[in-house]
Amino acid sequence: MECALKVQNLSMDFGGLRALDDLDLDVGRNEIVALIGPNGAGKTTFFNCITGIYPPTEGDVLISARGKDRLERINGIKPNKVTEKGLARTFQNIRLFPNMTVLENVMIGRHCRMHAGILGAVLRGPSTTREEKEAVKDSYAILEKIGLAQFVNEFAKNLSYGAQRRLEIARAMATEPFLLLLDEPAAGMNPNETRELDELIKQIRDKEGISILLIEHDMKLVMSMSDRIFVVDYGRKIAQGTPNEIRNNPVVIKAYLGEEADA
Amino acid sequence: MDYFLELFLGGLTRGSIYALIALGYTMVYGIIELINFAHGEIYMIGAFTALIVISVLTLMGMNTIAILVIAGVVAVIYSSAYGYTVEKIAYKPLRNAPRLSALISAIGMSLFLQNYVRLAQTPNFLSFPNLIPDFEFIKPYAHIIGSTEIVILITTAVVMVLLTILIKFTNTGKAMRATSQDKTMAMLVGINVNRIISITFVAGSATAAIGGVLIASHIGMINFYIGFMVGIKAFVAAVLGGIGSIPGAVLGGFILGWTESFATGYVSSDYEDVFAFLFLVLILIFRPAGILGRSGKHEI
Repeated sequence: MECALKVQNLSMDFGGLRALDDLDLDVGRNEIVALIGPNGAGKTTFFNCITGIYPPTEGDVLISARGKDRLERINGIKPNKVTEKGLARTFQNIRLFPNMTVLENVMIGRHCRMHAGILGAVLRGPSTTREEKEAVKDSYAILEKIGLAQFVNEFAKNLSYGAQRRLEIARAMATEPFLLLLDEPAAGMNPNETRELDELIKQIRDKEGISILLIEHDMKLVMSMSDRIFVVDYGRKIAQGTPNEIRNNPVVIKAYLGEEADA
Repeated sequence: MDYFLELFLGGLTRGSIYALIALGYTMVYGIIELINFAHGEIYMIGAFTALIVISVLTLMGMNTIAILVIAGVVAVIYSSAYGYTVEKIAYKPLRNAPRLSALISAIGMSLFLQNYVRLAQTPNFLSFPNLIPDFEFIKPYAHIIGSTEIVILITTAVVMVLLTILIKFTNTGKAMRATSQDKTMAMLVGINVNRIISITFVAGSATAAIGGVLIASHIGMINFYIGFMVGIKAFVAAVLGGIGSIPGAVLGGFILGWTESFATGYVSSDYEDVFAFLFLVLILIFRPAGILGRSGKHEI
């Protein structure tokens, strides 16, 4: 299978604490992969290592953009470069730009795909104007897809919780990723919103051809949409497989529910 | 009434220069939460650069308006280069250090630049020629406002409009606002945060240089120390308006300018600074975040 992301032997130390220990993970093209595990297992640290926020202590993060067959090593490069290479992510706690409008939040995502420098922005040549018009159009199109088109001029901070979560996804989409990393996208959502999210994520994969790696605690959501699941605990991978395999894996059940008491 | 109007316009002129320099403080604070104490020195360097260019070009016998424009442009470029370099040398390595470290570094940079100019140029006052011609249409109002003041007011207004367009409507401006709201997230949507911080320093330094050339033309004297007092005053203006807020810096500048102008005109010029700082204390007692400042998170 063609790979979008391949992580090999990834370890991350914070002082004497080993937060991630020799982790392997891969995400195929057009695949939805879930990363699950108890709280504090190192899932978010794993995302931070992939997106360049922390340089991993050991191991490799390899990516391959659409249409390229060679894997490229990206660990150690800066977050904005990682985004330019085609990885986008959302956060566990919402991190929008609260005092900017919905449209501006999405347009910021287009920033890294635009070429006009500061001089062009001030002098406003025809190419700059064209580029900005296109950015507005593209951002509208994304908001349309995500279902936020009616809120374009609203400040991000005034949106409902569910809508803010969707806006985060919209902003991530605007960077034109081939791989989207979602950190607990359903956290705090009601069952209705979760169902909509489920559909949205599947659509992003099916219609845009974006591979997805997500961290999620909502098992119903994980089981219904993932192609494969990786389970981590204490920074180590303890299992991987299809939803069915994971559901019946005794190691996973133990990690989640604790040691079975002897009857 | 004429006297009042004269004081009012005098305050407006003074205030616009404070505002121009306060913009640099407030933009830098908005983006990296640092009080850039070297900012006053950037303004001083702008004035010195302009003086050197003016002296050379006058010897070559150029037209005065052309000299002024060229001097302004060179001062802007030179000061921007200084602002850019100061950030790279003194603040960037301390990006993740406690904020106090960067503040001390800023004070050090300020002292360094002052003394560098003192050694490289001269500790004495130098006279700065006023190259702004007397406009004919201003003659009937000459007792209220001079042409230098008019030029200052117009230039300030133009700079402020340009800056507003830059921040509100351009892509770079959006990136600046995003960076000031959440740096990590800005990086993750693909913004080169270091570049945006550099642009902020360059924009702030450029406005300070324009302020430097204008105020030097207005007062007619410069030395290596002028950056200190004007820097402090502009900083007061920024705090008065609410540091981190761009309209706040402009408003703060005007309020400070008027306070000084009226205090000088109606009370005594000896009390100029007393009133300015008294006003600051009063405002901070009743509105600790400044007039337009919001408590909590600052942004540009």
